[in-house]
Amino acid sequence: MKLSFSQADEKFREEVAQWLNDNLVEEFAQLKFRGGPGDEHMFPDERKKWEAKLAQGGWIGIAWPKEYGGRGCSIEQQVIFNEEYARAGAPGRVGHIGEGLTGPTLIAFGSEAQKQRYLPGIISGNDLWCQGYSEPGAGSDLSNVRTKAVFDESMGKWLITGQKVWTSLAHESDYIFVIARTDPGSKGHKGLGFFLLNMDQPGIEVRGIKQLTGASEFNEVFFDNAECDEQDIVGKPGEGWSVAMGLLGFERGASTLGQQMQFQNELNELIVAAKNNGTHKDPMIRQRIANAHIGLKIMRYNSLRMLSGNGDDGSLQKEALIYKLFWATWHRDLGELAMDVIGPEAEILSATPYELTRMQALYLFVRSDTIYGGTNEIQRNIIAERGLGMPKDIRPTL
Amino acid sequence: MEFSFTEEQLMIRDTAQSFLSEVSTSFAIRNAMGSEHGFDDNVWQQLCTQMGWQATHIPEEYGGFGLGYVELVIMLEQMGQYLFCSPFFSTVCLGANALLVAGSEAQKQQYLPQICEGSLTATLAYTGRSGAWDASAVDTIVSVKDNEYVLNGVYRYVPDGHTADVIIAAARNADTSEQSGISLFVIDANAKGVTREYLPTMDQTKKQAHIVFDNVVVSEHALMGEYANAWPLLDKILNLATIATAAEQVGGAQQVLNMTVAYTKERVQFGRAIAGFQAVKHQAADMMLRTEVGRSAVYYAACVAQEFFDGGSLSGELGEAASVAKSYCSDGYFKNAGDAIQLHGGVGFTWEYDVHLYFKRAKSSQVFLGNGAYHRDRIANILLD
Repeated sequence: MKLSFSQADEKFREEVAQWLNDNLVEEFAQLKFRGGPGDEHMFPDERKKWEAKLAQGGWIGIAWPKEYGGRGCSIEQQVIFNEEYARAGAPGRVGHIGEGLTGPTLIAFGSEAQKQRYLPGIISGNDLWCQGYSEPGAGSDLSNVRTKAVFDESMGKWLITGQKVWTSLAHESDYIFVIARTDPGSKGHKGLGFFLLNMDQPGIEVRGIKQLTGASEFNEVFFDNAECDEQDIVGKPGEGWSVAMGLLGFERGASTLGQQMQFQNELNELIVAAKNNGTHKDPMIRQRIANAHIGLKIMRYNSLRMLSGNGDDGSLQKEALIYKLFWATWHRDLGELAMDVIGPEAEILSATPYELTRMQALYLFVRSDTIYGGTNEIQRNIIAERGLGMPKDIRPTL
Repeated sequence: MEFSFTEEQLMIRDTAQSFLSEVSTSFAIRNAMGSEHGFDDNVWQQLCTQMGWQATHIPEEYGGFGLGYVELVIMLEQMGQYLFCSPFFSTVCLGANALLVAGSEAQKQQYLPQICEGSLTATLAYTGRSGAWDASAVDTIVSVKDNEYVLNGVYRYVPDGHTADVIIAAARNADTSEQSGISLFVIDANAKGVTREYLPTMDQTKKQAHIVFDNVVVSEHALMGEYANAWPLLDKILNLATIATAAEQVGGAQQVLNMTVAYTKERVQFGRAIAGFQAVKHQAADMMLRTEVGRSAVYYAACVAQEFFDGGSLSGELGEAASVAKSYCSDGYFKNAGDAIQLHGGVGFTWEYDVHLYFKRAKSSQVFLGNGAYHRDRIANILLD
């Protein structure tokens, strides 16, 4: 067990920092610290150009194997890249779903044709992806998917009909991956398929959802006989759930370190606000700021443990199981602390009709953190069942 | 960077676990609890002479194994998990650490080999009647007289103070306060003028003493570090001990979780094991979260402590890492132990079940070396002033 990075890794750190310093300028300078959660609807076009810039530098898919156009970076280098990326204030990625979810899923489960067709577009920063999982009736109970997929022999295509919801960046995306029911009589996680669809077609309609922040980062996506090529089902019909679950496994990783650097930026801003208005002398506020700092520090240590593999237990990574519940709850608390630090001034909008300050956006947006990607309640079920071997809950849809 | 255990470290953990599960049974713990002495001499001797745990991180030149703080923390976590009653913490985490950090070469040569042999126990006395844990805690007064030092004062809450062979004592010059004027001495616990009195405690698994120094005279050879300028050394000793305490806390937090999961899986109400109810599962999940988060903090702090001994680049983080770990683990262990009583229901309230032993240890360790609020305050001072 040791914490220091090798000299080669430190050199890599310098390389990353230098590249960001050289490239996050001119038209991209305005993107600094923008486009993160709660701000994801901002500067979509500029951020798409930024993806292309990143691709030029070879910074997309750094964790991917070299044979698929990635860099094959070590865990340490991924940690370093994500830390430096966030430290430089580089913008929230619009390509993160393709890079972090679609790509690894296709590399693990996709056919050779699918890899050749889709991976280059992701690595070049050209193709943006979104994720079609949740439905109005399938939130926490994700396997209760109603969207249907029917194979049309005459067209040689899958036809998808139904509705997805909470699809972030759907209005900016070129492609979507969707889980849909291939076996009409099936229930729960059986009888599902995993499909890759082009968003630019008449059978797909995207409508923004106005959130309590007043902005629209999430969407509803309606499918009315949307077409999917025969070869664009990942795995076999009926295997969609295992592909979808495999994909969720890719969601945790080195990118958590980058997320934490964003949190650090928010905490730094909050500390500055406290020093400016004198609340940093309030003993209660001091305790809470210290507590936030402690939580964020440990979040980093927990990620390092997660990334170093399961040396201490062999099979089960307990520190990974608790991670979502921990960061989501921490972030929600940070939002509340921000309001208490700023005081009455926290009420005042940045502009009409409903333009929020950064701290207001933080405060309001974090209410979604403990809901999306598995609510705190679902996380606790998972921890208790998988981490502690406690009896499973009743699941009527199974 | 490799933030996971090596094969050797995993072996140390497994060995510690199997030894402690044999010698630190509920029966053994309760025997130790009931005595003023506080531990089983035979087991302690077995640990020292056969296992050599107390010599873990002491360099080989002084008879130790020369392993690291990570190895030490691995053992401490297990000791906390098994509620092991022994003078290990006082001798190693206070005594040996103080000698390593502040001792002269002669002092190290004199005392560390005896600790490694298992023939000497030690402790640290610094807190007076104020019950503080920072520099202001030191209120024993030292004066110089004819090349000798004379100490007068009262120490409270001294771990194993009534049984230790040697006391590392902090004292200050008259008319000084806070971090100025503090000196450290290594003193024979039976020296003339030293009166030691056992303090009965609510947590009976860790023993404390009240010590009075009445004109205790020591030679210049007893002085550790620079006279009247020892706070920086004492601060580091306390940070190292704080990390050690947090490690014990994580072990305890894990154990009350284990007990709770096992019990709720067995306990049947309304026709099913209560572990199947979400109200129970969700509390257990929160207990696991606190345990794992605390563990991440402790392992990181252990690495920083190791860097401190090695003169590594993270040495400067010692105080912060200690406070991060201790604040989280103190409150996490306490919450876990309280929840464990709740989820055990009526039997959790009995003397017979062991849950209350952990609940009491959680509180005593939360207070010792500064509670959660104290360590958050230390962090706030770094961030906000």
